[in-house]
Amino acid sequence: MTENKGKVVSINGNLISVRFDGNVSMNEICYVNVDNTKLKSEVIRIRGDIAQIQVYEMTGSIKCGDDVDFTGEMLSAQLGPGLLGQIYDGLQNPLPVLAEQAGWFLERGIYADGLNADKKWEFTPTAKIGDTLRAGEYIGTVPEGPFTHKIFVPFYLLGNYTLKSIAEKGEYTVNETIAVLADERGREIPVSMSFKWPVKRAVKCYSERLAPIETMETKVRLIDSFFPVAKGGTYCTPGPFGAGKTVLQHTTSKYADVDIVIIAACGERAGEVVETITEFPELTDPKTGRSLMERTIIICNTSSMPVASREASVYTSVTLAEYYRQMGLNVLLLADSTSRWAQALREMSGRLEEIPGEEAFPAYLESYIAAFYERAGCVRLPDGSKGSVTIGGTVSPAGGNFEEPVTQATLKVVGAFHGLSRERSDARKYPAIDPLISWSKYRTVTDSAKSAFCKNILLHGDEIGSMMKVVGEEGTSLADYIAYLKSEMLDSVYLQQNSFDLVDANCGTARQRYVTDKLIYVLGSEYALENKDDARSFFNRMRQKFIDWNYTEFESEAFAKAESEIDAMYADGKGKTNREAELLLKGGE
Amino acid sequence: MNKVFNRIESITGNVITVRAEGVRYRELAQINTRFGKSLAEVNKIDGELVSLQVFAGGQGISTGDEVRFLGHEMRVSFSEDLLGRIFNGSGEPRDKGPALTDNMKAIGGPSVNPTKRILANRMMRTNIPMIDMFNTLVVSQKLPIFSISGEPYNQLLARIALQAEADVIVLGGMGLKYDDFLYFKEELSNGGALSKTVMFIHTASDPTVECMMIPDMALAVAEQFALQDKDVLVLLTDMTNFADAMKEIAITQEQVPSNRGYPGDLYSQLASRYEKAVDFDDSGSVTVLAVTTMPGDDVTHPVPDNTGYITEGQYYLKGGRIEPFGSLSRLKQNVNGKTRKDHRALMDAMIRMYSSYKETLEKKNMGFAMTRWDEKLLKYGQLFENKLMDLSVNLSLEEALDLGWEILAECFEKDETGIKSDLTDEFWPVR
Repeated sequence: MTENKGKVVSINGNLISVRFDGNVSMNEICYVNVDNTKLKSEVIRIRGDIAQIQVYEMTGSIKCGDDVDFTGEMLSAQLGPGLLGQIYDGLQNPLPVLAEQAGWFLERGIYADGLNADKKWEFTPTAKIGDTLRAGEYIGTVPEGPFTHKIFVPFYLLGNYTLKSIAEKGEYTVNETIAVLADERGREIPVSMSFKWPVKRAVKCYSERLAPIETMETKVRLIDSFFPVAKGGTYCTPGPFGAGKTVLQHTTSKYADVDIVIIAACGERAGEVVETITEFPELTDPKTGRSLMERTIIICNTSSMPVASREASVYTSVTLAEYYRQMGLNVLLLADSTSRWAQALREMSGRLEEIPGEEAFPAYLESYIAAFYERAGCVRLPDGSKGSVTIGGTVSPAGGNFEEPVTQATLKVVGAFHGLSRERSDARKYPAIDPLISWSKYRTVTDSAKSAFCKNILLHGDEIGSMMKVVGEEGTSLADYIAYLKSEMLDSVYLQQNSFDLVDANCGTARQRYVTDKLIYVLGSEYALENKDDARSFFNRMRQKFIDWNYTEFESEAFAKAESEIDAMYADGKGKTNREAELLLKGGE
Repeated sequence: MNKVFNRIESITGNVITVRAEGVRYRELAQINTRFGKSLAEVNKIDGELVSLQVFAGGQGISTGDEVRFLGHEMRVSFSEDLLGRIFNGSGEPRDKGPALTDNMKAIGGPSVNPTKRILANRMMRTNIPMIDMFNTLVVSQKLPIFSISGEPYNQLLARIALQAEADVIVLGGMGLKYDDFLYFKEELSNGGALSKTVMFIHTASDPTVECMMIPDMALAVAEQFALQDKDVLVLLTDMTNFADAMKEIAITQEQVPSNRGYPGDLYSQLASRYEKAVDFDDSGSVTVLAVTTMPGDDVTHPVPDNTGYITEGQYYLKGGRIEPFGSLSRLKQNVNGKTRKDHRALMDAMIRMYSSYKETLEKKNMGFAMTRWDEKLLKYGQLFENKLMDLSVNLSLEEALDLGWEILAECFEKDETGIKSDLTDEFWPVR
């Protein structure tokens, strides 16, 4: 901590102006002294000898003349072993520790270390004395849950360093010195298993950034087969309230094919976090067979917690994600919801009396959103391995209207858009992603031509559907009516998925490919159907068969049986594949 | 500590500024005007210039009036003595009882540590079938009642206050019509619930700043009762008036408005109130039901819209009934699996049938011929609306379920309902 001090001169909500002497840097952390407590704050504007700071706590009973201590450090996250399984607030205070200290309420001015300082970790050195090292290269490992946690040369060290000494294999706490590095001038720097990194700066200790190519399986058919997300990519999920954003993220956090999931509950309901905290320790990670909590970090700054730390929480989360990426792991960051973060920016901007942009959001909203999503990415690490950070953010547009600034700014920078619609959720069609407005720039798990074939069925069906609303069923030709039924069937057996059913919710790539082929076979066929009643009853029965099929374990006996029933029905309806479907299916083999 | 200043620099609407030193943010002050005393709260400090929002409003304040700072933030007295009492937004009695000054607790306190909450899993019975049976209210849930002006939302709240399974009821009225206030008072005392009720009432003719205090007062008291192991139900009406009061003050202080004149922190402000709903891991609970009137029946209006993102579902009051389609209790799954085994299946089937009824009704209105099945649906819809949806219906959950089966049996055959046969075998009424 520097000796730099200041005094409060004005107070407006959580924005405080401080007169200081000496030097103060932008985004520096400082503490306001009130009645024996110190309130953490961040410098957000400097004018002459006045620094304006946002306080991460409620500001009641602060008065002019109160002392402010500047620390000289930016808001930082503590990185090291022991992050997994934790529940943090937006400033990386472990909430269970705060509960021990303060009881039921989040009393202000109480802070705790992000990492347990007493816990010992089994360290195994990998670097040798005399090795030349750079920031982001590792010197040893520690087992953490199912992962090998790498101990890095701190990211903030610039240039080349020589390893002078390193601890032997053994148990150490995160703050003990385990190695000494010497810089090019021979100055020695002790290093421990943990270090701090300013959360608002992206970690760039990688050799190169790679294009996100590999698809991240979410096990949600509608996403993987139509609007996929790549490892290292970005996507957003806007939708009105009640459309199922949170349930969709919850499902993704359970089934996504990644190593680590970071859940940033940013300005949302506390009840939802409680649900995750209660449920996750009971669930097993299908990849490692261990508790799901061991691969999860929860950063929760719920809606009633102070607004300024809500803004910090997204940065804290993405920093932790980048840290684990550096170990060659695939990390998924789910932020719910980025609109609340944007609103936090708006509140601050209003207090700073900046000239407002659209809907009073600050003019820099777009660049902030872009910079946040740009921290995702697939990278090649110094040791040649690959790691990725994928970011999925929900957006809560006011009134469910996607034209608003946050949705629009987000759409400019993400690689996939999953738009939830009120119509679909009202009709209980879950996940309520609207296939007609959503898009993705990444590669589908199914063959792209097949995916396009299915999308066409949906588009065509939608056209006929809206026409039918005008002319009625009577005015629609049998061929059109059948096309409509086919699209309805595709929707209900493939797009819709029961996220509460263990088998249906967890639909892997192999199964998606298999079922898609079957669907193309069935939907790309002509049948001997006399009239509309026949057609409706045929497709209703076919739909039921497929739904039953969805609930059977992949490649099980029941699965084969349900499939043979579909085949029997197909034969019964005298199905005959059309040319397009035939070509597609041949090409696939 | 009590510093007195009598140099009021400016008076704009309900906000005055005073030149003063050593004043704390959010501190209370008392202003002596020729119309009597009023409380005021510091809401901005700029050097020596201190802005205060005056609870009684700016009318009649003179630049020479005396401002005395009290050295503490807004507080409310808490004890069992509160029960049966009525207060205004400044915490002064509205009834004939004595003022309470013991055991003062700060209002608008910090939020609950999420790790000290437990998953909501207890049903709160109200004996209103559209709630208990179709959108069960859960202890610690926060739910708004979306309504348009003119709907009987206060009657609904009064009934819930009388019938809900809660140890303590805290009623917060904001911008209430005076007759509505009298109605609540009468209903609760006639129903014998007054002795477990605390009321904080701001009527439409009272000063705006007091309106903003009501939710915090009500919730602070509720929280204290909950910490004493009580299940508390907080009823707020109407949150749109609360939001409008915030808007008024924000505009007076020249804050940049964000959406339709509301301040940019509307979401956070509403959330910090609603999030007081809690089930403590080893103590009582707070459940919040809040009326939100939708100006022009527009759910995308900023107040209902922001509310919808905060709360765990909503009840739609429309045409004097709780609408089964728009209404949703997000937490009902946590409890309705363990009430009675036919609860979920019957609920789903009846709603499905009712939605078919609506479609048939539309067809009928367009002049299409009615089939026998349509006739059945029409009969069912009528029965459902009269016997279950009507707001005056008062049945326990079990009675309502039984009645549900009766209605189905009166209109349909067993296999037309789409309910699993082991349930119909057990519950289908024998006639």
